[in-house]
Amino acid sequence: MRINVRVFSRLREVAGVGEISLELPEGSTVADLVSATLARHGELQVHEPSMLTAVNEEWAPRSRVLSHGDEVALMPPVSGG
Amino acid sequence: MARLNEDQLERYSRQLLLPGFGGAAQKALQSARVAMVGAGGLGSPVIEYLAAAGVGELHIIDSDSVELSNLQRQVIHARSPLGTPKAESAATAACAINPDCRAVPHVTRLTVENAEALLGGVDLVLDGSDNFPTRFLVNDACYLLGKPLISGAILRFEGQLTVFPNDHGADSPCYRCLFPEIPPPGAIPTCQEAGILGPVAGMIGTMQAVEALKILTGIGEPLVGRLLVVDALTMAFRSIRLHRDAECALNGDRPTMHGLGVYTEQGCRAADRACEPQRD
Repeated sequence: MRINVRVFSRLREVAGVGEISLELPEGSTVADLVSATLARHGELQVHEPSMLTAVNEEWAPRSRVLSHGDEVALMPPVSGG
Repeated sequence: MARLNEDQLERYSRQLLLPGFGGAAQKALQSARVAMVGAGGLGSPVIEYLAAAGVGELHIIDSDSVELSNLQRQVIHARSPLGTPKAESAATAACAINPDCRAVPHVTRLTVENAEALLGGVDLVLDGSDNFPTRFLVNDACYLLGKPLISGAILRFEGQLTVFPNDHGADSPCYRCLFPEIPPPGAIPTCQEAGILGPVAGMIGTMQAVEALKILTGIGEPLVGRLLVVDALTMAFRSIRLHRDAECALNGDRPTMHGLGVYTEQGCRAADRACEPQRD
C-alpha cells in the first residue's frame, strides 16, 4: 500500500525533503513506516525517540496499523521561547 | 471581591462587551493567579496581554538578563537597561501597562527544588521557556500538581501550541505523550543558533494569551486535545488531534515516573539512585 509521509521542521531540514512516498506491505504499522523512512534517511535516526507520529492529522502510537492512502506526519518538538 | 470602579469599567470596556464576558469573567481574571515560565519571546506578548486584560497576579519566572539581541522581538524589555533581570523588567512593564496587575518577578531558573513552590499556588501555567529540560520539568510539575499548562514553542518561522489540562482525564495527554524523549544535544537548534522571526514569537505567545483568557473566564473552547502547528512562511495552520499515550512514562497506564525526575540535556527521566549522576 502507498503511504505519504510528511516530514516537518528540523526533520525536513535534515532530510532535505518535506514529503516521502513509501510502498509498504498491508498490515504495516507506524513503527514499520518509521523504520522504512529511517532506512532511506539515516540522518533522521537521532530524532526518532523524540518525534511525534500522526496519521491523518491525528496523533498515533507506533503500534497503529496503517491503511492505503493514510498520510503520516513526523514532527519533532521545538524548544524556542 | 470589589466591584469594578469607573476606571476599570472604562479600561476593560472592550472585553466586557464581548458575548459571554461581563462582570463575572472580569472578576475571574482579577482573582486569577498565573505563572509564566520565561519572559522572552513568548513571555513578552503573554505578560503584556494578560496584564492589560486585568489578570490579578502574574508570577514571572526567568533567570536571564536583558540582552541586545532580545530586543528584536521581546519588546516588553524595550525600556529596560541591558543587563536588567528579565523577570524584573517584565514585571515593571506589566505594572506600567496596568496597575491592577500584581506582577511578581522570580529571578531564578525553574528547578526540581523550587517547582512546587513556584507553580503550586497558581491557577494556570504558561510555558515560554527556551530549552528542553525546562519544558519537561514544567510538564511534569504541572501534571503532578494538576495545573493546566499552555505550552508554546517556536523556531525560525514556525511554532507549536497546545493546552494540557492536567485534569487526569482518560484521554488527556501531556507533553511526554507527544514527545516522549528529549532530543539529543544539538539535534534541534535553539533560536540563538537557528534564529526566530520576531512576530512569529509574537503570534504564538499572543495565542497563548488568548488561551489563558479563555481558560480563566471559561469562554470558548481551549486548545485541548489539539496541537496547533504554525508555519509562518506559508501561513499554514495545521491542527493535530492528540491523545493520551498509554505507554507514556508519566501519564500512561503503567507510568514509570511518579514524581519529578532529573532534567538535563542528556535525559529528562525518573530519578534513579542506582544510576551514575547525570552531568549537565
